[in-house]
Amino acid sequence: MCTYATVKTALEGSAKGPDSSWFHVTDGTVYFDHPVHAMADHTLNIDFSAPAKGPGARVAVELTAASARELVTAIEAALASAPREMTGLVV
Amino acid sequence: MSDSLTADTIQITGHGGDLIEAYVAQPAGDGPRGGVVVIHHMPGYDRATKEITRRFAELGYDAICPNLYWRDAPGAAPDDAAATARAQGGVPDDRLIADVGGSADWLRAQATSNGRVGVIGYCSGGRQSVLAACNLPLDAAVDCYGAFVVGTPPDGFPLQVTNLVDQLPNLRCPLLGLFGNEDQYPSPEQVDELDQILNDLGKPHEFHRYDDAGHAFFSVDRPAYRVAAANEGWEQIAAFYQTNLGG
Repeated sequence: MCTYATVKTALEGSAKGPDSSWFHVTDGTVYFDHPVHAMADHTLNIDFSAPAKGPGARVAVELTAASARELVTAIEAALASAPREMTGLVV
Repeated sequence: MSDSLTADTIQITGHGGDLIEAYVAQPAGDGPRGGVVVIHHMPGYDRATKEITRRFAELGYDAICPNLYWRDAPGAAPDDAAATARAQGGVPDDRLIADVGGSADWLRAQATSNGRVGVIGYCSGGRQSVLAACNLPLDAAVDCYGAFVVGTPPDGFPLQVTNLVDQLPNLRCPLLGLFGNEDQYPSPEQVDELDQILNDLGKPHEFHRYDDAGHAFFSVDRPAYRVAAANEGWEQIAAFYQTNLGG
């Protein structure tokens, strides 16, 4: 099915996207639904985008549910490994 | 019958008088013949949907697929347009109805038209096909595994998707439904529910359900593709349209 469910979040950072160009990322869209390219019925999809620069300013990632969980764990581990004074994160 | 056809990208008048992009495919020859509006799935106005549109021309119909995401991302790649539309909340039902209506008007305005127009949609487009058939003067509708024609979307859906139960009394044309028995949205029980509602309303319909097939079994570029179900499904579509749009 199309899940229709979409989770949006504001982001601050950069991504390397179309034509190997870097762009400033302002938005993240996360959803579990049909992929465009991955060989799975459904995937965890993340769009890193900059809507102000148009629809093409987007880096798209389609991950299996299991690998998406692994990515979450890896991100948390990487953040936890960095000194708090570097990340500025409270928790 | 010749299988020669032409295909083109045009602009049509959709909801609110907006000009939107559409892909059209037409058989060679003068007609008269029926027309088919193809509603693309949520991943967008993509190559696979345009192939489906050309197949209807090969079957002998003028066919048109409106780009439902044109307003959200004009000229963008189909996947980028789908992502943009999704982030903006998706296609509102009233806009969908009017865009399909504009597509049907374009088909009926062709010199080749016999005045009859059908609609078909896949996945989210399956629900939208039924929605269009409840609100527009169409002659045949095909629902390919559309979720939430019946049933209730989970809480917290960011898109304004509702089921169509309250609209089914207004269904104006015969409905062909094609479903996979391994699909969960719509589940076999939901297909049963829709079948019962249409029976109670006295609405002409025929449903076909396929074992070893889940959601999106027509999608030739996805792992969900099931050749047996898709081949038989295409035969059912051809027969259904011949009955309701032919002549």
